[in-house]
Amino acid sequence: MNGFKNLTVKSLLGKPVRTIVLVLLTALLTLTVLDGSLTQTSLEKGIDSLEARLGADVMVVPYSATTKQKFEDMVLQGSTGYFYMGKNYVEEISQIEGVGEVSAQFFLASASSSCCSLPVQIIGYEPETDFTISPWVKKSYGKKLDTYDVVVGNDLNAFVGDSLYFYGVKVNVAAKLEKTGTSYDTTVFTNSDTIKELIRSSLELKMNDFVDVDPDNVVSCVLINVADGYNPEEVTNNINLHVKKVKAIQTKEMISGVADSLSGVSSVIGILIGAVWVLGAVIMLLAFTMSVNERKKEFAVLRVLGASRGKLASLVMKEALLTGIVGSAAGTLIALVVMVGFGGLIEDLLGLPFLLPSAGAVAGYAAAAIVLTIVTGAAAAAVSAFRISRIDTGVILRGDN
Amino acid sequence: MPLSAESLTKQFIRESKNANCFSAVDDVSLRLEEGTVTVLTGRSGGGKTTVLNMMSGLLAPTKGRVLLDDSDIYSLADKELSRLRNRRFGVIPQGQTAIHSLNVMQNIMLPYTLYNERADEDTLKRAEELLERLDIAGLSASKPAELSGGELRRMAIARAVIKKPDFIFADEPTGDLDDENTKTVFEFLRSAADEGAAVLIVTHEECAAAYADRVMKMASGKIV
Ligand SMILES: Nc1ncnc2c1ncn2[C@@H]1O[C@H](COP(=O)(O)OP(=O)(O)OP(=O)(O)O)[C@@H](O)[C@H]1O
Ligand SMILES: [Mg+2]
Repeated sequence: MNGFKNLTVKSLLGKPVRTIVLVLLTALLTLTVLDGSLTQTSLEKGIDSLEARLGADVMVVPYSATTKQKFEDMVLQGSTGYFYMGKNYVEEISQIEGVGEVSAQFFLASASSSCCSLPVQIIGYEPETDFTISPWVKKSYGKKLDTYDVVVGNDLNAFVGDSLYFYGVKVNVAAKLEKTGTSYDTTVFTNSDTIKELIRSSLELKMNDFVDVDPDNVVSCVLINVADGYNPEEVTNNINLHVKKVKAIQTKEMISGVADSLSGVSSVIGILIGAVWVLGAVIMLLAFTMSVNERKKEFAVLRVLGASRGKLASLVMKEALLTGIVGSAAGTLIALVVMVGFGGLIEDLLGLPFLLPSAGAVAGYAAAAIVLTIVTGAAAAAVSAFRISRIDTGVILRGDN
Repeated sequence: MPLSAESLTKQFIRESKNANCFSAVDDVSLRLEEGTVTVLTGRSGGGKTTVLNMMSGLLAPTKGRVLLDDSDIYSLADKELSRLRNRRFGVIPQGQTAIHSLNVMQNIMLPYTLYNERADEDTLKRAEELLERLDIAGLSASKPAELSGGELRRMAIARAVIKKPDFIFADEPTGDLDDENTKTVFEFLRSAADEGAAVLIVTHEECAAAYADRVMKMASGKIV
């Protein structure tokens, strides 16, 4: 039986309302700090991931696709869509000065009617030229994709070995990708042969918005890496200047909008964390001051019974540490439940790429939040602990009762 | 072994007077011998509580020494002096001094729990006996808020003597008690002295003299 610790627990239980308020406050502080910083990191990781997934310096799409914001929404918001331009543009674009690697992509959106298993974005790439998607597919699927093989994004409700139907065509799920936090998590990838089959079938079923396209002679988008010695901006300008009816977009530029809103959201979260922290620290300071003032006489009695000044201070600190530990543990638990349970909701709410860090990193953040909370509580209590250790027993016991 | 105060002086700062310094206790010498009861009386403001606080290690004197085993207790570091108070001094302060989050028994055992000392069989038995003798045996599990003033005072007395201190200091231990309670308290302190303790009682009660080996009077900071 540890008597002194017992005394700490007893005095905390002796004032249940104040103790509960302190524990809740501590929990709230940990919750805000942890979930706030996790959200900030997840957004940063999301945009890094988005940048990595885009993987090209410049993207060229039909001019019509950009006027309606269609393309950017597809990449950034995960909305579905498709558009086509003549295959001849690929050749034309690759002739432009400064253009290095070139690879075409094909888009199709599956419909939500009975012809298709899932309403999703489908992207087809050319295995021979692709430099953006295949390196990443390779991580989840070592082999080359056969015709009628697809790779599904992490958020899709489909698993390896499943068969899916798109416009009546049966395809096999060969692999599931790891989470990216971007619109690619709800996308299905195929090679160009497969997607051409799907486009053809959608046209035959008269379920495609486009009526007179020949799948063998169109592409949706051309991805470009600039040649050595050129910068993406001038290549983008060159294409826009020389190639009609298409729009070249610098990926950096496209992300910069997202990056702007990210830094906006990020600073709002930062301010929120700061405000809650300052408020929490002030309330804790007041709470400990009140709690110790109220019990001044009891501390004087302990001193009379032989408690040293250091012991009085340590008693106050132990109360603070105990509430800090219980509160921050509860706060961490709630924070993790919120983050893991409602991460998707937060992602939807913010409309920004969102990628939770690894479990190890989350544990690191949790530990840091716990330490910060406990240190804040301890610092707030230290003021009272110091004051009570300077107590003048004679003066306090003199006061009537 | 006696506890002796040698030429104790305590000056306080008091701004309302012309001189900003005044002596609450002025050159007081006093010896507490084992097995005896010393009663200190006198007018209010005479300096009795100040003497008791200085002798019990709670208030450092401005001048003079408090000798125990030939060394000044105020030459000890706070930690050591606190430990000494815990082991060898039992103080019954003025007023109500319960720790409200603890029950009566836990309050009485505080001198042990304060230093994480395990109370052995004998100690627990002694606690039970003390409660019996002070007539609060039935209250050991009650919270202080449920006790009367006299019961609380008897609890404070049990707490002060649980460790069988060599020196017992009681500051107006019967201040707000009726005659019967007053008698119980003085009888108890007398018996503690008979068992070997040196007891100092500060009181206004006339009847205290009947229990004392020595009665001293204080006025204006001096023993008269
Ligand atoms: N901490 C202090 N600061 C200033 N003055 C003090 C302090 N403590 C005591 N005094 C003054 O010292 C004088 C003696 O006080 P003390 O409490 O020792 O008197 P007392 O004899 O115990 O009185 P009573 O019988 O009323 O308890 C008083 O005038 C008091 O105002
Ligand atoms: Mg007094």
